[in-house]
Amino acid sequence: MTETKGCKGYLDEQFVQLEELQDDTNPNFVEEVATLFYRDSARLLAVIEQTMVRNPQDFTKLDNYMHQFKGSCSSIGAKKVKAECTQFREYCKAGSSDGCMRTFQQLKREYSTLKKQLEAYFQLARQVGPRESATRPR
Amino acid sequence: MARNSPVLRRRRPEGIDGFDPSQSDHSQQAHVLAVDDSLVDRKVIERLLKRSCCKVTAVDSGRKALQFLGLDEEKRSGVDDLKIDLIITDYCMPGMTGYELMKKIKESSALREIPVVIMSSENVLARIDRCLEEGADDFIVKPVKLSDVKRLTDCMIRENRSNNKAGQFYDRAM
Repeated sequence: MTETKGCKGYLDEQFVQLEELQDDTNPNFVEEVATLFYRDSARLLAVIEQTMVRNPQDFTKLDNYMHQFKGSCSSIGAKKVKAECTQFREYCKAGSSDGCMRTFQQLKREYSTLKKQLEAYFQLARQVGPRESATRPR
Repeated sequence: MARNSPVLRRRRPEGIDGFDPSQSDHSQQAHVLAVDDSLVDRKVIERLLKRSCCKVTAVDSGRKALQFLGLDEEKRSGVDDLKIDLIITDYCMPGMTGYELMKKIKESSALREIPVVIMSSENVLARIDRCLEEGADDFIVKPVKLSDVKRLTDCMIRENRSNNKAGQFYDRAM
């Protein structure tokens, strides 16, 4: 474990937990989970976006979708994205479409940034070998 | 953040079974049924359980869980000698919630002795209380960690389900 792990707060303790589940029998576990996360959540984010366009006032639905998405973020330790989810849900409670929209844009940015960082991280991890720990995404 | 209200209601046996979780003998491995509609969470819980030396069956809905357990009247799984040692289910699921699933299991004479643990991303005391009152054996706040699973399997492997109901106690700590 390096000190740079999540030093800018992109990832939290749960990511560390997932790394600890990695071993010789499952050397790519974290990457598999991250890949699954991005694939699965892309669909959900598209649905959320569509709902905001078609039914921007349907806060119950939006909140439900976001609850699901937030759960997945939590499971992989995506701290910043998760924070945006929480913010989004606050705007749903407040009934603010503008707030939801603004937050959603920020959420997508964080989501995208994290994806790039993780890709770089996994690539490096593959290069240095399974027993070394690569520098955690900053 | 008060993440995990630890040590919830748990059954403890009188005698300690000589179950050794490190044994790779499959017949000795605990078989856990995991229920979660989230693909990511299923993958994680499966790994957590396998790492704790459990055999895992993961399904994505309460309905499928009931089918697997042979409780769904429309579709029986046909496995009569199914031995499930623990059911761990997400609370929030479309269709049937984990709470509803747990109630159905506890209403069944065939299955009520199987410990049921509920997982939820929301640390809501009223929800936790309600689940425990209705028969849940434990409640875990997500994200689930290895220490949570180890705690469950430690209790479970000592469980002597066929005989000792004495020794149950309530132990709630905030």
